[in-house]
Formats: sequence, C-alpha cells, structure tokens
Amino acid sequence: MSDIAERVKKIVIDHLGVDADKVVEGASFIDDLGADSLDTVELVMAFEEEFGVEIPDDAADSILTVGDAVKFIEKAQA
Amino acid sequence: MFDLTGRKALVTGATGGIGEEIARTLHARGAIVGLHGTRVEKLEALASELGDRVKIFPANLSDRDEVKALGEKAEADLGGVDILVNNAGITKDGLFVRMSDADWDAVLEVNLTAVFRLTRELTHPMMRRRYGRIINITSVVGVTGNPGQANYCASKAGMIGFSKSLAQEIATRNVTVNCVAPGFIESAMTGKLNDKQKEGIMGAIPMKRMGTGAEVASAVVYLASGEASYVTGQTIHVNGGMAMI
Repeated sequence: MSDIAERVKKIVIDHLGVDADKVVEGASFIDDLGADSLDTVELVMAFEEEFGVEIPDDAADSILTVGDAVKFIEKAQA
Repeated sequence: MFDLTGRKALVTGATGGIGEEIARTLHARGAIVGLHGTRVEKLEALASELGDRVKIFPANLSDRDEVKALGEKAEADLGGVDILVNNAGITKDGLFVRMSDADWDAVLEVNLTAVFRLTRELTHPMMRRRYGRIINITSVVGVTGNPGQANYCASKAGMIGFSKSLAQEIATRNVTVNCVAPGFIESAMTGKLNDKQKEGIMGAIPMKRMGTGAEVASAVVYLASGEASYVTGQTIHVNGGMAMI
C-alpha cells in the first residue's frame, strides 16, 4: 500500500471507528463502513486537511470508496 | 442542576445589556467564558469584574475576515468552544418604503451572516468532539414582525430557520442548536424607544413590565446545560406573555 493509502486508511479508521481489516480499497464508506452523509463530509474535510488538497463538492460526490479517495488524492498531488 | 463547570463558552456581543448578563450567568455556573465585543475597554472591564476563567475577543462582526478569525482564535485560546451564544445584534430601524440598502445590508450582515460564518467555524470541532450547544439569540419580532424593523425582523426570523436546519443536520453528533427569543428587555437597544413606543409595548405585555437580561440568561443557561440534552431546534420565548407561540 502506498503512503497515501495508509494515511487515508488511518483517517477512515479513526473517524468511523471501524476495524482496520474492513478498510479495503473497494469498501464503500456508506454501504460497507456505516458512514452517514455527515461522516462523508467530515471525511472529505479530514482528507483536505491531511493532504493539503482541495476537494470540490462535485469531486467529493464521486468519492464513494476508500479507493476513490486514494485515487483522487494521488491525482491531486501529482 | 445546570452545572457548567469546565465548559467553554463564547458569547458574542457580551458588552451589550443582554449579552453581559448571559456571560455573567454562564460564568456563575462555572463555565470558562470568552467575551466577544467591539469595545475593548468594556470587554476588559467586564473581564476584570468576572475575574478568573475569562478571555476577551474583540472583533468587528461586519468584517467577514474578522468573524472567521474570531472563531479560530476562540477555538484555540479557549481550547475548544463547547457553548456558542450568538447574541450580538444591531438595529437600523426605519419604515420599509424608506429603508436604504445600507441599513438592510448592515443588519443582515451582523445579525445573520456573521452568525452563519462564526457558527460554521465552530460547528465542525463540536461535531468532532461529539458535544456542543449552539444558542442563537433571536427576538419575538422575528416571529411576529414589527413595523419599522423589516430588516431586523428578517434577520431574526432567518436565525430561527437557520437554527432549525442546522439542528437537524448535526443532531446525531450531540450538538444542539436552539434559539432564545426575548421580548422587550431593558437594554440599550430598547432604551432607544421613545415614551410613546414604550407605552404601546407595555399595553401588549400581560406582565406589564419589560424583562431583564438575567431572565433571558436563565433560558440560555438551561439550553447550555447537560439537562437540555434532548432539546434541539427549539425557540424559547422569554417575553412576559407578549406573544404566546
């Protein structure tokens, strides 16, 4: 796992209070990890803070899984 | 009951009549209180009167950058704001047909936009901590309307709608959002009324007297307390029976 993926995973675990082994690339925040709509907003804000990137609302709407978040951040930082 | 020991509160407009009483009362219940106002000398005077557990935060709420900075500074200096009391408000009265854009904008900016911006700064940390009390001081006229105050009434009604929406969004995070709606309270703001206006008002108040800042502050303390944990999105009217809504 890349450094970005590790950091994303840590944020998700801390924020949602889920087991580490559930936070896999394909895990959906809402369907698999029990997030509600506020959680997803908070996660996006946490990603923005951690990685110093801006995630506009329309981009945020397309970030549904752990892998989506990692991909977006990798692209934003490239 | 109503013990606020260790809770950190920020009160805007803490040098006005009602705000000062709110700050005093929260402090008396044990809270650490951040006093916001525009006049530094008045803030310092109130702070030195209260003694320990007080910090002052001068800021001009018509300046959007200062509002944001106020939120950041209060969050940092108080070590997390648990209780936010949006009390600051201004009036620029005038009959509607002659109301200027400037008078409309000034009132909406301070009474509503600043509330939005300051609350936005402080809500996220409250959500993260899974605890918060947001208390917005609106007014009876935000519900009933009042001739000569279209701008003020719009801002105060706006506050109620704002509070209800926010209350629904963040209820699961244990952050409550409520309003306190004073009627006519002895303060600098009602001091501006002339005798004829005051006479008219008394006729409409079953208790035949104006309220005091302390009577408003009591409602704020209740909403700020742990005892009010299941109360959100509500407006408590403190008006001597003037409007029963």
